[in-house]
Amino acid sequence: MLLTVDRLEKSYGDGAQRQRVLDGVSLTLAAGESLAITGESGSGKSTLLHLIGLLDTPDAGDIALNGEAISALDEAGRAARRRDTVGLVFQQFNLVPSLTVAGNLALQARLAGKHDPAWIDTLATRLGLSGFLTRYPEQLSGGQQQRVAVGRALAARPTLLLADEPTGNLDEATSADVLELMLELCRDAGTALVMATHSASAADQLSRRAHLTRGRLS
Amino acid sequence: MTTTALIALLSHWRRKPGQLATLIIGLGLATALWTSVQAINAEARASYDEASATLGGGSVLVLTARDGRIPLSRWALLRRDGWAASPIIEGEYAIDGARFLLRGVEPLSGLGNGTAIPEDQAIGLAFLTAPGVLLAAPETAELLRAAPESARSSLPPVRVSAAVPRGEIITDIAVAARLLERGDTVDRILVDTRERTGRTPLTELVPALERNTGSANGEVAQLTGSFHLNLTAFGFLSFAVGLFIVYAAIGLAFEQRRATLRTLRALGTPVSSIIAALIIEALALALLAGAIGVILGYVVASALLPGVAATLRGLYGASVAGELAIRPQWWLSGFAIAVLGALAATALSIRRAATLPLLAAAQPRAWAMASARRFVQQAIAALVLLAVAALIPHFFSGIIAGFAMLAALLFGAALILPPALALALRLIQRLARGPIAEWFLADTRQQLPGLSLALMALMLALATNIGVGTMVSSFRLTFEGWLDQRLAAELYVTTRDETQSAQVHEWLEPRTEAVLPIWSAESEIAGRSGEVFGVVDHATYRDNWPLLIATDTAWDEVAAGNGILVNEQAWRSLGLALGDPVRLGTQPSMTLVGVYTDYGNPNAQAIIGLDALLTRYDSEVSRLRYGLRLPPGDTPALAQALRAEFDLPANGVIDQAQVKAFSMSVFERTFAVTAALNVLTLSVAAFAMFASLATLASMRLPQLAPVWALGLSRASLARLELIRAGVLALMTWLIALPTGLLLAWVLLAVVNVEAFGWRLPIHLFPLDWLILAVLAILAAFIAALLPARALIKRPPREFLQIFAQER
Repeated sequence: MLLTVDRLEKSYGDGAQRQRVLDGVSLTLAAGESLAITGESGSGKSTLLHLIGLLDTPDAGDIALNGEAISALDEAGRAARRRDTVGLVFQQFNLVPSLTVAGNLALQARLAGKHDPAWIDTLATRLGLSGFLTRYPEQLSGGQQQRVAVGRALAARPTLLLADEPTGNLDEATSADVLELMLELCRDAGTALVMATHSASAADQLSRRAHLTRGRLS
Repeated sequence: MTTTALIALLSHWRRKPGQLATLIIGLGLATALWTSVQAINAEARASYDEASATLGGGSVLVLTARDGRIPLSRWALLRRDGWAASPIIEGEYAIDGARFLLRGVEPLSGLGNGTAIPEDQAIGLAFLTAPGVLLAAPETAELLRAAPESARSSLPPVRVSAAVPRGEIITDIAVAARLLERGDTVDRILVDTRERTGRTPLTELVPALERNTGSANGEVAQLTGSFHLNLTAFGFLSFAVGLFIVYAAIGLAFEQRRATLRTLRALGTPVSSIIAALIIEALALALLAGAIGVILGYVVASALLPGVAATLRGLYGASVAGELAIRPQWWLSGFAIAVLGALAATALSIRRAATLPLLAAAQPRAWAMASARRFVQQAIAALVLLAVAALIPHFFSGIIAGFAMLAALLFGAALILPPALALALRLIQRLARGPIAEWFLADTRQQLPGLSLALMALMLALATNIGVGTMVSSFRLTFEGWLDQRLAAELYVTTRDETQSAQVHEWLEPRTEAVLPIWSAESEIAGRSGEVFGVVDHATYRDNWPLLIATDTAWDEVAAGNGILVNEQAWRSLGLALGDPVRLGTQPSMTLVGVYTDYGNPNAQAIIGLDALLTRYDSEVSRLRYGLRLPPGDTPALAQALRAEFDLPANGVIDQAQVKAFSMSVFERTFAVTAALNVLTLSVAAFAMFASLATLASMRLPQLAPVWALGLSRASLARLELIRAGVLALMTWLIALPTGLLLAWVLLAVVNVEAFGWRLPIHLFPLDWLILAVLAILAAFIAALLPARALIKRPPREFLQIFAQER
């Protein structure tokens, strides 16, 4: 199993303000599989992705990635797994504004020491970015920026892609376009995908679907 | 990985070239001012060392006699015993009104590194055999050659040597003995204990001679030390002002790259790689700015050095070359301070990067808001510093304590500025009526954290300007008044020799109201080398001489030959009190009856009755000069008659106005460097203001867009931005004013006493302060002009995007 999440718990705040965001969440994901996490705002979708993506640590429970328990890793270990194993796509794109499209596309691959110019070219072509490589993010539309983010996340050939509301900032047509590209690339590269989304139609396009309500999966 | 992170971070500067320029210019300017001061100090020290090496230093012992003269036989004794010994004769030699330091050396026994012959001159037969050679700097040689034939006839030929300090002449000891009429005595014997020691210990061989180690020019180094410390302090202050720019620019860059840093971390870049990248970036910027700063510093120092050389010559009699050499100690120090400054300015960014939460929401103005929270801590730190400044004079003394007090005062005042402005704005806000005024004041308060560093830099520059300006103007006013008192005689005459002096004296007696001899002898005054003047009993002195303190019968006692007056610097440094005995050389003591001000003279000086001077010093008295009292209207005619009657030197007859003009020109030159550094510091502060306003303007759109949407035009907003800059500059000036006046007091009452030996009364110049206020507001307007213009030109689309981006 590529990913195993076991009774994951996470709370925020202190004392009376303390709020449990995840309450014993468990799930599994096989290599190449895709899973949509749906739920209302504040249901814990992003928190779950942050924990799986090693951006945050759980209060309780375990996460295993490629058979390795990752919830107990130290800061350096988490950074290394993020760099080498996981790809991240955010709702706000989070591109480096001072780097060109080409620079952004290659960024994670360079960091991971897996820079493959041919693969970056392929990604750029398939994402329809070949004509924009020397442009800066602010010169692109939202859809184009998100395509750069998808390309950057896949450039290091991760085994798992985590996408947090990747189409949340895009119009319907662009959303469908970006999502289709992302799924296609994941399928071709054998990359597993976990995507948090509000959109039922987007969720339908993934192989599995799980719904979060008040921190519990159903 | 670090390389990739570094590339991502550096790419920020490619997109923000203006910000990069601000950073480089800020650090470059700061380094330039520091480097220029270091270059000047290094050049001066090298000149002192050169002069010191000419006389022997390091392992060289200097033998002197208590009465000032060593029989030549003592040197022969030392040589015969096997000691590496070399005699020196030294004295002031006047030719055609110009005075030179004449130094006679014995070239064959010249010591190792301390050889008395400059390196560019081979010892030839001409130097050793009659008539000998005079070695002098090009300028000195020119003066010597320009002297009248009658004056030059007794001199050997002059040979130019660039290695001889200006105003000095080096020649064979026999020539010097003849010109200075020393007979068979010398002033010092240098003994190099490392090169060769004799059979008999010096204590047995020459027990009567005093043995001194260290440089013979130590006194000059000591005297000028405070001047150089003064310059260094100014250089450091300028650097600190520049550093504010760097700190602000780096802090802003961090905020703008906060999202990038978070993205890099999210993509798996370890914190250590990000820190390494930030440090490499800071070092690269420091080296670039350092190189620019060192080059600029060289230019500034080259421009200032002639003025500094003139100051050191005028104030301390120290010779400093007028041309700047490229010495590793100052350019390396320039790079070092640039690197240290950049790292210090980056330290906070590095700490923030290390603790940056991975998932915190982006807050473009988080930096500013956090700064606002720091105001309370800042105010506490400022109060502690101000308390330290107030307490220092009660527990410590000396020039270092003076500068420590200045530093605590200035940085305390700088730190208290933002909290004080915030408090003032809060109070004004309560009185504000109307929505625009309320918004304006609230928005100004919100902007304060972002502008605080630039305002602190402006405050430091303004306070320095007020403080140093008050000090210089007070000095000028006091000095002018002092010159009026001191230069009471209408004409000053210098004769060629004593025969002519006697003839001139006799000729003048019936033609003037009084002939006041200005006769003097070099002598130790209570153990300090100095000059003793003899005065006749005349109303000119009783009515005009600027006495600081004196007994009621001071002039009577001086006239009677019992009392002595000393100058302020001798009085302060020797810690004398009225009634104390003051020993003159080996002569019996005289009673201190008064202290007079004596600006511009670094050495001890005393006044006794003329008869007492002649009795005590007799043949050592220089009897060449006179001050003449006569009706002012008769001055030109008498001067003309004097010149016609006697073959006087070129500057043999000078009227009061000429002396005053010369003295004032020396004064102005003395403070030319201070004025230049003052202007440069103010310029750096104005640039800091511009840099901060320009960079903040790019982050201000979210604050301005809603007000624009509510009906304020872009032009109105731009006008308000200009007014804001002016108001903040005015408020900063209001705090700089008391700070500057305190600074002036410390300079006049503490630093000057330590550095120059005299204390000056403080004079206030409100008009100068008002002019400075106008200049500060004008500088702020100019700094705000470009950002305001950019605001007017900003397309409405950009304002609308702010609302589109809000989710």
